[in-house]
Amino acid sequence: MSLDKESVKKVASLARIRMSDEELERMMPQLSKIIGFVEQLAEVNTDNVEPLANVVDITPELRKDVVNDGDCADKILKNAPEETQGYFVVPKVVE
Amino acid sequence: MSKLTDLTITSALTGLENKDFTAVELAQAHIDAMAEHSALNAYITETPDIALKQAKASDKRRASGDAGALDGIPLAIKDLFCTNGVQTTAGSRILKDFIPQYESTVTQKLFDDGAVMLGKTNLDEFAMGSSNTTSYYGNVINPWKREGDNTDLTPGGSSGGSAAAVAAKICMGATGTDTGGSIRQPASFCGITGMKPTYGRCSRWGTVAFASSLDQAGTFARSVEDNALLLRSMSGHDPKDSTSANKDVPDFLAALTGDIKGKVIGIPKEYRVDGMPEEISALWQRGIEWLESAGATTIEVSLPHTHYALATYYVIAPAEASSNLARYDGVRFGHRAKEDDLTDMYEISRAEGFGEEVKRRIMIGTYALSSGYYDAYYIKAQKVRRLISQDFLSAFEKCDALLTPTAPSAAFAIGENEDDPIKMYLNDVFTVPASLAGLPGISIPAGVDSRGLPLGLQVIGRPWDEETVFKVAGVVENLAQFAYVPQTVKKAAA
Repeated sequence: MSLDKESVKKVASLARIRMSDEELERMMPQLSKIIGFVEQLAEVNTDNVEPLANVVDITPELRKDVVNDGDCADKILKNAPEETQGYFVVPKVVE
Repeated sequence: MSKLTDLTITSALTGLENKDFTAVELAQAHIDAMAEHSALNAYITETPDIALKQAKASDKRRASGDAGALDGIPLAIKDLFCTNGVQTTAGSRILKDFIPQYESTVTQKLFDDGAVMLGKTNLDEFAMGSSNTTSYYGNVINPWKREGDNTDLTPGGSSGGSAAAVAAKICMGATGTDTGGSIRQPASFCGITGMKPTYGRCSRWGTVAFASSLDQAGTFARSVEDNALLLRSMSGHDPKDSTSANKDVPDFLAALTGDIKGKVIGIPKEYRVDGMPEEISALWQRGIEWLESAGATTIEVSLPHTHYALATYYVIAPAEASSNLARYDGVRFGHRAKEDDLTDMYEISRAEGFGEEVKRRIMIGTYALSSGYYDAYYIKAQKVRRLISQDFLSAFEKCDALLTPTAPSAAFAIGENEDDPIKMYLNDVFTVPASLAGLPGISIPAGVDSRGLPLGLQVIGRPWDEETVFKVAGVVENLAQFAYVPQTVKKAAA
C-alpha cells in the first residue's frame, strides 16, 4: 500500500507535527515502505487469538486511593517554558 | 598494578575493601580517562563534580563499615533515566535543558547501594535507533576499528554511549534500556556484555518512555559477573510502576556456578536466516560446541513466527511511542516554539524538537492507531505478538535456554544503512522476538570477525529466569576467553 501526500498530511496533522511540502514528499515513500513491510502480518492466521497487551504473568497491583505525594508546585513548574503565579502559561485559547 | 580503569567491578570492590585505593582515586582515574576519550562522544553530560562528591561520601561509608553492594563504583547512566538536578535529554532537542526534579527508581537504587555517577550517556533520540546516529547530540564513535582501516564505526544503538563507554573503559559499568535490542546489539558491537532482564524486573518509573509494553532497563559491563551484580541492585518491585513485578530478586551472582550439566539449550532453526555471514554462523556453531563440552545438551527448536517479529515490533513500538510522545507539546516542559496560536505552538514545537527518525515513528504509530486502521494494524500486531510469545513458551517446554547470535553483522560504518529504514531495522532481527515476549536476554562477546571486530552470542531465558541466563552466559564467557581490546583503548595505553 502506498500513502498519498494528502494521507501523509492528515497523519502529520493528527500527530501535531508541522511539515513542509518538501518534508511530506520525503516522508511519503518512507512511510509507504514501512507500512508495506508491516502489511506482511496479514498473512498470519490469527483466528481465535487474543491480542497480547501485557506480556508477563503479573497482575498490576492497585494501591490505596490516597494522596501520597504533592505540595511541590515549584518542582512541577521548574521546567515550564513559561509560568506565572503557580500556573503554566500557554497561548490564548478562548477569545 | 594494572590501571584502575582496567578493573572489573568485582575486582574494584575487593581493591576498595582492601584499601588498595580509594573511591575518590577510582573516580578520578575514570574522570581522567573520560577526558582522554572525549572524541568518542559517549557522554552527553559529564558529571565529575557529582562523581567526586559521591566517591568522597563512599570512602567515608566504607571507613565506618557501612559500604553498600556497589559502593564507590563509577557508572555511566544512559541519558534516558531521569536524574534529580542533572539534565536529562533522551538524546532529543525537545528535552534540551530539561532538569528533572526527581530521581528514576533504577538510578536511586544504584545510588542507595553506593554507586558513583560519572555522567549521562549518549543514545539514539528517545532510544529509537540501532546505530546511535539519531541523537541530537551527535554520533557516538565505537572504540573499535576494523584492522588497518580508520573508518569510524557505530557502537550500535540505542544505548550506544553506554556500550562505547564501558568498552573504552571510561566507566566500569552502565545502565541501558532495551526495547527491541538496544542493550544487546550495542553490547555485541562493542565487545562487552549487556543484559536485558525480564519485562517487569526493573521499575520503569522515571525512565523516559518509548514503548511502554517493551521498555526494560538493563546493564552493561565487562563481565557476566559484573552484570549480575549491577542487575541485582537495579531490580525489584516499585509501587510507582504497577508493571514492575512483586517478586523476590534472586541473588544473580550465586547463579554463576559454571555448572550447566544436564541443561538443555535450544537452537532456534528460524534464526538461520538467509544471508547470515559465514563468520557469524561459525561463531554460533562454536558456541553450541562450548555448551556441549560443558555438559549441556543442545536441541533444535522451532519458533515458527520469528519471521513476523520485526513487522509486529514496527507496529507496536511506534504505536506506543506516538502515544507516549504526545506529552511533548511545549506546555509543561521541553522545547516550546514561540507562537501566538496554540495549534501552531504544538505543531511547530514538535517539528523543531523531534528529529527525522522520531517523526517517522510517531507518524507510523499515529497511522496504525488512526480510525479505520486500528484493527488492521495494531490489534493484528498484538495478536501476532501473542503467537510469538507462545512460540517461546512452547520451546521452553523442551529446553532451559536458547542460544543465538546477537546481531546479523559486526559494527558497521557511521552512515551505512541510513538510506533505507527497513535495512536499519533488520539489525534487531535476533533481539526483537525476545523483547516482544518480554524475555531476559544477554549478549556476551564470543569472538571477532576477519577484520577484528567483536561478535556477540545471545542467551535467552524463560520469564523470570535470569539466573539460568547468567549461568549459561558465564560458561560461554569462560570458554570464549574474549581478550581483545579496542584499538582506541590500546592506543591510549601506549
